Amino acid sequence: MRQQPTNETAGLRPEDDGQPPYLYPDYVATRLRAPKKPLIILPRTLSDTTGPAYGRGPIGELDNDLIRQHAGEPLGERIIVTGRVLDGDGRPVRSSLIEIWQANAAGRYTHHLDRHPAPLDPNFSGAGRCHTDDEGRYRFVTVKPGAYPWKNHHNAWRPAHIHLSLFGSSFRSRLITQMYFPGDPLFEQDPIFQSVRDREAQKRMIATFDLETTEPEWALGYKFDIVLEGRDATPMEDRR
Amino acid sequence: MTPEPGIGPTPSQTVGPFFHDALLDGDRSELVSPDHPEAVRIEGTVYDGAGEPVSDAMVEIWQANGAGRYNDHADNREDLPLDEGFSGFGRSGTDAGGRFSFVTVMPGPVPLPDGGMQAPHIMVSVFARGLLKRVVTRIYFPDEEEANAADPVLSSIEDPKPRETLIARVEGDALRFDIHLQGENQTAFFEL
Repeated sequence: MRQQPTNETAGLRPEDDGQPPYLYPDYVATRLRAPKKPLIILPRTLSDTTGPAYGRGPIGELDNDLIRQHAGEPLGERIIVTGRVLDGDGRPVRSSLIEIWQANAAGRYTHHLDRHPAPLDPNFSGAGRCHTDDEGRYRFVTVKPGAYPWKNHHNAWRPAHIHLSLFGSSFRSRLITQMYFPGDPLFEQDPIFQSVRDREAQKRMIATFDLETTEPEWALGYKFDIVLEGRDATPMEDRR
Repeated sequence: MTPEPGIGPTPSQTVGPFFHDALLDGDRSELVSPDHPEAVRIEGTVYDGAGEPVSDAMVEIWQANGAGRYNDHADNREDLPLDEGFSGFGRSGTDAGGRFSFVTVMPGPVPLPDGGMQAPHIMVSVFARGLLKRVVTRIYFPDEEEANAADPVLSSIEDPKPRETLIARVEGDALRFDIHLQGENQTAFFEL
């Protein structure tokens, strides 16, 4: 007998622990891309309690400094984004790769498919990466990305955000997410942000302005801690 | 600094359409050189629920080497060799036709916690615009009928149709593994 989706909202599971569903119709692109058949529970084996060593290789000195990757300085509000990467038990995730990408201060990506008529900045590519340190800490210097319009619905605008990609310690902990800025008036109409239904979970995507991280006369500081799924069955103390 | 007790996991968000410069800077789709004597080419297309190719997806794979060992400290089976230069990790974007490809080696069998064995397989994550969180699947191999029949994950899927979506098929010199995100032929996806 063929498996059928139980209903149109097979992706909308209340027990999703603060994660978005696959199907969130307000975000139009989910309608044809969200799987609708029931997921199959995968038992925990070495195949997923291990994870790629990718990213433990060398990283360039300026890879986490997005304002020094070109001859001149990019325009925009200089910011420092820092925080810790933790596992589900609150333990630091060490020596783990974080990759980021973002629009420039005008809300334009360097990507060739971004047609938003806002200026490109010759001094800003908007891509960076770094490793977490022994406390799970990371730090990027960049400019605050601008909001930008998209075609999801009439007059749709994405709140300012930075994309982050993380590996953590195993296949299970892989995460791609977006970091938002506090108090953004665009949250309410953004279906990507709103796809996370739980208000507390929404807060976990919003950075906190931090005066201690802020550097006088130079850049505003934001803190953003990231908690990856899963507890590792294997001790990770020796992991580098 | 002590982490706040009870803080939950950071929610997943879509990779969006503009990830290429950051995540696909440098080709990581060849885990071994195409000249490698054991090289296996895996190709596929990512399709949406209307059967249209998904041109802005990213497919990642994670696998054991030919001996069945993962290149990670958490796999401490020192009796099995590691291969110099073989990370077991690959990444491929999809092109305008939704196509991705990898060049790798056939993974060896890997164990279950109880000592039994799993059939050779490759772990797969797919990210795309319109996917608020990744989908996870596995690539199994068509010439491993006996091992596949005994594999506990494959065997846990009673319905043959979704089960068969997990087994690559031979096409010319390559293996083909298409990924259907939605629809009648939807690929079997896992919950971790």
